[in-house]
Amino acid sequence: MSAALDIASWALLVAGGAFCMIGALGLVRLHSFFPRTHAASVIDSAGAGLLLAGLLLQAGWTLVAFKLVVIGLLIFFASPTATHALANAARERGVSFEAGEGEASSKR
Amino acid sequence: MMFAAAALALLVALGLALARALLGPTVFDRALAANSIGTLAMMMLAVFGFLTGRPEFLDLAILYGLLNLVGTIAVLKFFRYGDLGDPGRPEAKP
Amino acid sequence: MLLAALLFVLFYVFWILMSGFFTPFLLAAGAASSLAVVWFAYRMGVADREGHPVHLIWSALAYWPWLVREILKSALDVSRVILDPRLPASPTLVRFKPRQKTVVGLVTHANSITLTPGTLSVEVGPEQFVVHGLTRASAEAAVDSDMDRRVARFERVR
Repeated sequence: MSAALDIASWALLVAGGAFCMIGALGLVRLHSFFPRTHAASVIDSAGAGLLLAGLLLQAGWTLVAFKLVVIGLLIFFASPTATHALANAARERGVSFEAGEGEASSKR
Repeated sequence: MMFAAAALALLVALGLALARALLGPTVFDRALAANSIGTLAMMMLAVFGFLTGRPEFLDLAILYGLLNLVGTIAVLKFFRYGDLGDPGRPEAKP
Repeated sequence: MLLAALLFVLFYVFWILMSGFFTPFLLAAGAASSLAVVWFAYRMGVADREGHPVHLIWSALAYWPWLVREILKSALDVSRVILDPRLPASPTLVRFKPRQKTVVGLVTHANSITLTPGTLSVEVGPEQFVVHGLTRASAEAAVDSDMDRRVARFERVR
């Protein structure tokens, strides 16, 4: 039972870490502001969620598990609000929705 | 062992996000990167707590998450209105 | 009054679970803090059905697992775009009218859109949502979506 839990926890932690790295890579690779917000949302929802699930399996039924759930709910409710506020403010300031210069070839 | 792997992945991600915060042409790119760094730091604190067997770090992670949200909104408000005490638009959307 | 009592109990349980200590001083401090927060919530006018939609808890528990699956699916899609050497992003903006009637429903829909990687709610209102998508396909999938219908069903519970 414990071994199965460990394997599941491993898988979740590796997947979460991978999503975090991919999101951060996207943050660097994508060419303009609005595409980058999507990369950041990979970190916020998929990466953080899977990492927390992996830690939750290791915590068992303790207060630690409760705190992990609180962190998860905090990210779940707060991170879309922050991202939406960012996008809305960027739009008011006239940041372009279109791709940056570097991406002209892949767009039609 | 598994926590060390996750911490390593988070460190790489933190480095990449930091690069975007330093490069980012507009202030919004930097704010976005700072927000991501906040989320990653929260995860780092949680994983580090497990890595060293000291779950008190989770309290720090919660606090960091709360500050991260308030900080992002404050920076945005400052760059939108130029004043943190500004009430915003009077005809705010419902 | 019932809501105030419920809020107080909720805050107090939250305090105890977060602290994990049971000394008389900390228990009393928790009770005082919980009372203060309930009072602040009433003064700010956020202690109502909209600020604390407790009646939605069961339908929320039914909605979240679906949302988690949706998040993982679209996270894979976005990862594929990011890892592709050609970087096939086609940023697109769509506008549509959401089906939800209540504020809680609109916020849930907008938050779900933002929470799923690949789509991002830029402007939110009862008449119009402005949604940005990483690719043309992901942006168009947000219009008249399954999520829209599910949230509309979710908010009707009372």
